[in-house]
Amino acid sequence: MSGGHSEYVPGNGFSKWLDSRLPLPRMVYDSFIAYPVPRNLNSWYTFGAILMVMLVVMILTGVTLAMHYAASTELAFQSVEHIERDVNYGWLIRGIHANGASMFFIAVYIHMFRGMYYGSYKEPREVLWILGVLIFLLMMATAFMGYVLPWGQMSFWGATVITGFFSAIPLIGEGIQQWLLGGFAVDNATLNRFFSLHYLLPFMIAGVVILHVWALHVTGQTNPTGVEVKNMRKETVPFTPFATIKDALAIVIFLLFFGWFVFYLPDFLGHPDNYIPADPLKTPAHIVPEWYFLPFYAILRAITFNIGIPFTDIVLIDSKLGGVIAMFASIAVMFFLPWLDTSKVRSGNYRPMFKICFILFAIACVALGYLGSRPAEGIYTILSQFFTAYYFAHFLIILPILGRIEKPDELPPSIADAVLDEPAKAGRGRASSPQPAE
Amino acid sequence: MKLQFPRIAGLALAALLTMGTGSAFAAGAEHYPIKEPKHVDWSFSGPMGTWDLGQLQRGYKVYAEVCAACHSIDLVAFRNLGELGFSEAQVKAIAAEFEVEDGPNSDGEMFDRTAVPADKIPGPYANSQEAAVANNGAVPPDFSLLAKARAPERGFPNFVFDIFTMYAENGPDYIYSLLTGYEEAPEGREIPEGTHYNPYFIAGPALAMASPLSDGIVSYDDGSPETLDQYSKDVSAFMMWAAEPSLDERKSLGFRVMIFLLIFSVLLYLTKKKVFQSLKK
Repeated sequence: MSGGHSEYVPGNGFSKWLDSRLPLPRMVYDSFIAYPVPRNLNSWYTFGAILMVMLVVMILTGVTLAMHYAASTELAFQSVEHIERDVNYGWLIRGIHANGASMFFIAVYIHMFRGMYYGSYKEPREVLWILGVLIFLLMMATAFMGYVLPWGQMSFWGATVITGFFSAIPLIGEGIQQWLLGGFAVDNATLNRFFSLHYLLPFMIAGVVILHVWALHVTGQTNPTGVEVKNMRKETVPFTPFATIKDALAIVIFLLFFGWFVFYLPDFLGHPDNYIPADPLKTPAHIVPEWYFLPFYAILRAITFNIGIPFTDIVLIDSKLGGVIAMFASIAVMFFLPWLDTSKVRSGNYRPMFKICFILFAIACVALGYLGSRPAEGIYTILSQFFTAYYFAHFLIILPILGRIEKPDELPPSIADAVLDEPAKAGRGRASSPQPAE
Repeated sequence: MKLQFPRIAGLALAALLTMGTGSAFAAGAEHYPIKEPKHVDWSFSGPMGTWDLGQLQRGYKVYAEVCAACHSIDLVAFRNLGELGFSEAQVKAIAAEFEVEDGPNSDGEMFDRTAVPADKIPGPYANSQEAAVANNGAVPPDFSLLAKARAPERGFPNFVFDIFTMYAENGPDYIYSLLTGYEEAPEGREIPEGTHYNPYFIAGPALAMASPLSDGIVSYDDGSPETLDQYSKDVSAFMMWAAEPSLDERKSLGFRVMIFLLIFSVLLYLTKKKVFQSLKK
């Protein structure tokens, strides 16, 4: 599509007939066969395809599970065990679905960090990035509601804690919370609507994914040099067979990793307490969300202080509301990333200072993940506050300033200069050494 | 160039590992369990693990003769015991020792009848209130999922190594350690009245259940040692089976799937190499 014109030639009478009425084969041909991709994409660029496969896997296994699951507080826990024990290959389908959620997030986090490192969000790909953040938000909502469905102890108490956020909103919070829950506490009404939404949201994700891919195909892909394609013939390769075979290999390797958990460590990523049926009268010692929410959970709990007018007792934002705001802000800030990063250079490969900041940011994210799994006390709270501050500083202070003060390395004039055996005049170091696409 | 992103990812990970070990000592209050579970060499551990049916049958015997006095196993039906290697006739005979409530009959009355293989194994108490009253307020937990519902945190960095060693026997190790771990409370440690000191207990220094097993209380007819240690292993294995009867099927199917994916990935790798060779010309 970024090629501007279509090279599709209908092969037979029927496809000619269809092409003039609904050019679907033409779209598929232009998007997945002839579509030109930069020839220097590395393996980190395969996670988009992996995520696509994960979405399909999750929808297929999810629809199957829904045939056997009962969304009722009386039956939910037992129906999940019925799937595990009595449904043909139920243990496998549920194992794929439960571990698949984690795999989906592993892939999406790598995909996002890749985008952040190579500056994939920069002009003209702002909308592409924003759609991606939107998908991430929808994924989080879907995963959260999915975790409630087995109706174990962590399901119930996780839902109680998370929906409790809404009660932090002044004046209308309690009302919103009751409206969301369908009652005064997490109960049957909550479980039912969560099931309904858990079934709905993946299809909304699929819709936004279509927009995401559309936006991608309008602007074309970035590449590790961050330099736009200048010579279509020399610098791009057709999607099929090049990207197709590479994505296929990456998908199968990812499935090996996935299978390792499904077949040998099916409960590694879950919490043992979720094998205890939900009991509203018994609070678990530590309520811990799934691992992929831990960084955001740490940010939520890092705000342990009220924010008020200095030297008075007036509290403007109490600690609970502050935590909720910080947590939502930590995701919202990503929507503005294309404008917060002021550097004209796209790829982190040519930004020596950004590279260091990117490492520190990644460390802060993983550290927040670790801290989210610890009890909120003592040194853990202090570290959480430190890394939360750093997380926001990265977006709001470091990236805007870095673009102004950093002296980037010299960019290769074109992808061809960077990766082909042609004289690489100006480039320096690794950047200019011959580097065929993987 | 393509080495840069992985190198950065590696650096970040290394920095984090250092930090993780640094903060491990930061926790303040006493950590339970006081002692890490002992490791047992289970037949069902590892990628090729399978059930030891003899062990599962012995474990069921220990459960039926000792544990079942207080603990239910609601999710397991008599028919499931066939998976332990009991014949159909044996399963029928086991079921026939139990009475279950059925009905209502055509007169609208509930009635008791002899259990059949399709029935779930009845528990010792009619409901959790009765269980609580009989046990000083502490309801004995149901056994069906206990081997997966009790797993002491492995902590950093063990949980990372567990991915590579496929260590997933935390539950049965814990149960075995608890059953064999009762001892005198150390000097100076106060434990609540009516509880029993056990450094392997996950939620405190002592639990309401007294040591339930001791040498010789269950007779084995296959020559296995009639010791506390053996009983504890057998019943822990049985509980793992009850928690996940499909475990061996999972591992044997997994082996075939992984081999397939491995060969497939090699073929794809070679194909990809061939395809990309055309670019180098």
